[in-house]
Amino acid sequence: MANVSNAPEERTTNYKSRRIFGRTVLYFGATLFAMFAALPFAWMVLTAFKTDNDLYNPNNNPFIYNDPPTWDNIAFLWNETTYPTFVLNTLIVALAVVVITVLAVVPAAYALTRLAGRWGESLGILIFLVYLVPPTLLFIPLTGVVADLGLQNSKWSMVLVYPTFTIPFCTWLLMGFFRGVPWEIEEQAMIDGYSRIGAIWRTVIPVSLPGILTVVIFAFTLTLHEFVYALAFVQSSGEKTVSVGVFTELIRGDVYFWQSLMAAAALIAFPVALLYNYFLDRFIAGFTLGAVKG
Amino acid sequence: MSSPPVTEASVSGVSEGRFWFERERVLGPLFLLPAVVYIVALVGFPLVLAVLYAFSGVTVGNPRIDEFVGLDNFRSVWTDRVFQKALQNTIVFTVISQVIVLILANLLANILSAEFRGKRLVRFLVLLPWTTPVALGVLGWFWLLDSVYSPIDWTLRFFGLLGPDTALGPARNMYYLGTTELAQFSVILVHIWRTLPLATVILLAGLTAIPQDIRDAADIDGAGFWRQLIYIRLPLLLPIMAVATLFATVFAFTDLTIALVLTRGGPVNDTQVLASWAYFRGIQGGNLAHGAAIALFLLPVLIAIAIAMLRLARRSGADEGS
Repeated sequence: MANVSNAPEERTTNYKSRRIFGRTVLYFGATLFAMFAALPFAWMVLTAFKTDNDLYNPNNNPFIYNDPPTWDNIAFLWNETTYPTFVLNTLIVALAVVVITVLAVVPAAYALTRLAGRWGESLGILIFLVYLVPPTLLFIPLTGVVADLGLQNSKWSMVLVYPTFTIPFCTWLLMGFFRGVPWEIEEQAMIDGYSRIGAIWRTVIPVSLPGILTVVIFAFTLTLHEFVYALAFVQSSGEKTVSVGVFTELIRGDVYFWQSLMAAAALIAFPVALLYNYFLDRFIAGFTLGAVKG
Repeated sequence: MSSPPVTEASVSGVSEGRFWFERERVLGPLFLLPAVVYIVALVGFPLVLAVLYAFSGVTVGNPRIDEFVGLDNFRSVWTDRVFQKALQNTIVFTVISQVIVLILANLLANILSAEFRGKRLVRFLVLLPWTTPVALGVLGWFWLLDSVYSPIDWTLRFFGLLGPDTALGPARNMYYLGTTELAQFSVILVHIWRTLPLATVILLAGLTAIPQDIRDAADIDGAGFWRQLIYIRLPLLLPIMAVATLFATVFAFTDLTIALVLTRGGPVNDTQVLASWAYFRGIQGGNLAHGAAIALFLLPVLIAIAIAMLRLARRSGADEGS
């Protein structure tokens, strides 16, 4: 009798301890992965506010502020280096790339989902695969093309070339949005007397604004991510963008301005990460190639 | 649905549009034109140009690409010992990092598919290596692995593992980027760090798409964690794992940024990969023909990956139809 009544109780305690064990493993794993991923960024932020005295003493505990934190490095970065120019160039290039991308991608995605019928999807996948043609394969001939067009050493070379990866990626992304558009509204607008272009402008575009916003964000962040073309095309510091400028200009020969360097990296990295993170689900939906439905 | 059924006639009547260019047969190509022209002119044409470069004597100083030199470039590139090292490194770095990424991504995706406190923060942090510009993140690693001020060295010294009369001594620093094995290890580590989030989020999408009723049925039938993993999750996840691996492989295989920012191919070309060697020969050395020839060695693998990807996409498309 006692045995019978004991059994379920034993099972629940067993279940409980297993659950606690499972939760512990879960939190431990999550913490470990988060620390590994965030390590260089944590180190960046910590470094950015250190004084020279503190930083360049190998005996100091590097994980704490031995001297009080200082804003001097960020002031130096902003006032004494070409960093503001890099930021400005980055914004100009990114904005121009966004405009070109949206102008090319919205009609293309519309044509592929709405007009091309059965082969639209296949053509869409082909265009997406263009995104995977790596800059490594193209930067050498493109350096020649850029030089032929007289754009070497100019930020406009990046404006010209960056849409080669934003257009394929964003076309695919926007096709996903367009598939969900209820086309009856467009037809209704045409029955009401609007031309096709007018109907698209009045119905499809407003309904797809979230999709177009996603395109804007990704064209922007992918531009900020780019490094290879920028490195190959541009040598004069006045035309450089952040990811290359920081790397080439704030390291002068053997002299590293480590705190300013890290501040420069962190100041761009975190805003970009926040933007990207917010729109990430759309990014994944594009990357799973329809292998996942949901 | 209260709207009246749309008949074939009314659809085609509407689709004709008001102006001649609004007919579907005209409007479709017209809308596609800007995107297609861009891709053909600045991806298709440069790809052809890369091949032409590789068979010519073109340099920065001599931009003539019409001198056909046959396989000369490939021959002289191939016999270079640095090239062979770079080819080997490219394959070894990619294979090792991607095997580890596949294992870790499965773990991490399972963690992120569970509910726990602070999950949003963990997700944000875990994705940082992918969401931030790669050159800037790698710059952080570069400083983290500094030859004198690395905090890892400080920690090792603190615990008495590094320095005179210790297990890792007598030097006071490990020189992570200065010795062959450690530099190669560091490059692989940063590759894992960079591509893990991408593989993870793709897997996570697959994991959350496993229908709940399948899980419930397995629970009711008494299938334990391992059984569910081996008989249900893994087979269902296989296609998406393939997608994750293929994408992550493309990025690791063709990477130039990590190679350039972290080690610049050093010490003494020991971490040189095809992409970085193409950069040093083609852009810095000014020999565009050699650079193009080196980069073209990436092409066979990329084509294989593209074909695999198309087959995966077609298969999932067929599933949808059935």
